[in-house]
Amino acid sequence: MNILRTIKIALKALSRNKMRSFLTALGIIIGVGAVIAMVSIGQGAKAEVEKRFSEMGTNLLFVRPGSRSYRGRHGGSSSYENLTEADAEAILENCDAVNYISPNVNSRAQIIYQNKNWNTSIYGTGHDYPIIRNWEVEEGEFFSEQHVKSAQKVCILGSEVNQNLFEGANPLGQIIRMNKIPFRVIGTMESKGESGGWFNRDDVIFIPYTTAQMRLLGINHIQSVDVSAISMDRSAEAMAQIEEVLRIRHKIAPGAEDDFNVRNMSDIAEGASEATAILTILLGGIASISLLVGGIGIMNIMLVSVTERIREIGIRMSMGAREKDILYQFLTEAIVLSTLGGLLGITLGVGSSQLISHFADMTTVVSFGSVALAFIFAASVGIFFGFYPARKASKLDPIDALRYE
Amino acid sequence: MNSNNVLIKMEDLTKTYQVGETQVRALRGISYDIRKGDLLAIMGPSGSGKSTLMNIIGCLDKPTNGRYFLDGKEVSTFNKNQLAGIRNNKIGFVFQTFNLLARTTALENTELPLLYSNTPTRDAKKLAMKALAQVGLEDRELHKSSQMSGGERQRVAIARALVNSPSLILADEPTGNLDTKTGNEIMAVFKRLNRENGITIILVTHDPEVSAIAEKVMHIRDGLIETLE
Repeated sequence: MNILRTIKIALKALSRNKMRSFLTALGIIIGVGAVIAMVSIGQGAKAEVEKRFSEMGTNLLFVRPGSRSYRGRHGGSSSYENLTEADAEAILENCDAVNYISPNVNSRAQIIYQNKNWNTSIYGTGHDYPIIRNWEVEEGEFFSEQHVKSAQKVCILGSEVNQNLFEGANPLGQIIRMNKIPFRVIGTMESKGESGGWFNRDDVIFIPYTTAQMRLLGINHIQSVDVSAISMDRSAEAMAQIEEVLRIRHKIAPGAEDDFNVRNMSDIAEGASEATAILTILLGGIASISLLVGGIGIMNIMLVSVTERIREIGIRMSMGAREKDILYQFLTEAIVLSTLGGLLGITLGVGSSQLISHFADMTTVVSFGSVALAFIFAASVGIFFGFYPARKASKLDPIDALRYE
Repeated sequence: MNSNNVLIKMEDLTKTYQVGETQVRALRGISYDIRKGDLLAIMGPSGSGKSTLMNIIGCLDKPTNGRYFLDGKEVSTFNKNQLAGIRNNKIGFVFQTFNLLARTTALENTELPLLYSNTPTRDAKKLAMKALAQVGLEDRELHKSSQMSGGERQRVAIARALVNSPSLILADEPTGNLDTKTGNEIMAVFKRLNRENGITIILVTHDPEVSAIAEKVMHIRDGLIETLE
């Protein structure tokens, strides 16, 4: 029997029980739809993370103090207070794969402007921070090297803070109070948008790190250094150079552990996209369980259908159908059912992923790979779960089948 | 007797079933030749073994012992697939309960055997229309079996049995579910097919009126041929 004719017969048989066929296929439709939608969410998250990291600059490196232990009791990470301004300058000076640095001192403070107040993050940075972080100033300007050297009380507002304190009025030249200390606003940063969750990257104020050390925290060390390598290709080289410089400066004996950490942005980015890849697998895995359940639904209905049609099988056998013909007939019905379900499921999955991205404001990415995978999986589910009922049908004895009431 | 004219040759056929611990000997040794163009009735009370014999003649079952030749081939040695092929090519079945596919048109029902002989769709339709015309249903090919009367359904079943130009039509109580008048019409169809087209027909029945049209009548009792008329 040729394949086209077999498919035609299967379609005819399925259309005799339209409602039942649809309900059976529904398991597959939902399964495939769920796999595609879930994977699109996972891949969207991955794309989003990668986009964020490339926005930040993949040639970015972070230097942080290491974890200190005293008589066997370990502090948390960055518990050393041994990173200094001089370390940062030495990195810039001695590492030829590095072109910009920004020493960082972070804090939180209550900000007051006239009758409004707001609690926000204070980033004490170097003057090259906007270049390193690939973050543009919207209005006014970032503070200069001079501002840093003389620890001026100037600040640049993140867009969220600007909105909350000034509500659209021009903030440039205005005086705000940070823990009662007056700062002059000299610029505003462009909006970066929320990074997801509760953390808003625009809810921040930039001041010179020297000012933060002296006026806000009263410390002499710095908390971290942002370093920009000349290019992404040279970031590993820059990392090695930084480690060498700091080991010499911190007088660490050969073989002893570093008292600092250097992280490479591309490693962090890789880690993060790995985490979202795991998310994708997890989401896809959960969704494929529903596909499996859909397959069991097909098997169930096919078994019922075989029992109902024993007489028909007997008639066909007496007319000369071989075991193979009956096997293919029922197998084809199962495959047609799951394949049609798969096609409808793709529509459902692509549609719902678009709805999710539209209404939930999430990035979703439907890839050809996930669609193909879900579809092939659906068809295989049909073959796998259709085989047992079809085989059962083909093994019937024609005499018994003809006599079956 | 010219052996070229022999369609079916049965040599000492026996069939034994195992039912629980007892053995049931449904056939105890049947030897008989059926010639091409015969119209034979097989009669016997229920439990006589006539159904078993019909199943073996129809290649739905194999004898336990003995040899069965159909059209010169010893089909008692065939496997399941080969038997299916023989049923498809050589035998047309007509059942008491018609056994048409429900919710399926007369044409599609008639085409069914052609599906398994790989006949191209266009030829299949032509052959099926011809077979329907032979039983007088040329205008009803698109009627579904559920919309037809018993007599019409049995005609469709006969058309289906005819469509592959079989050597043999095997009819099992073909009038059992029909009223006398319709039953007579069906018997007339068989008679005409036998006489005008030379088709060999075996009727399995317990109805003397049916066997009355047959040229030969075989009576079976307790798995043996009792009498031959």
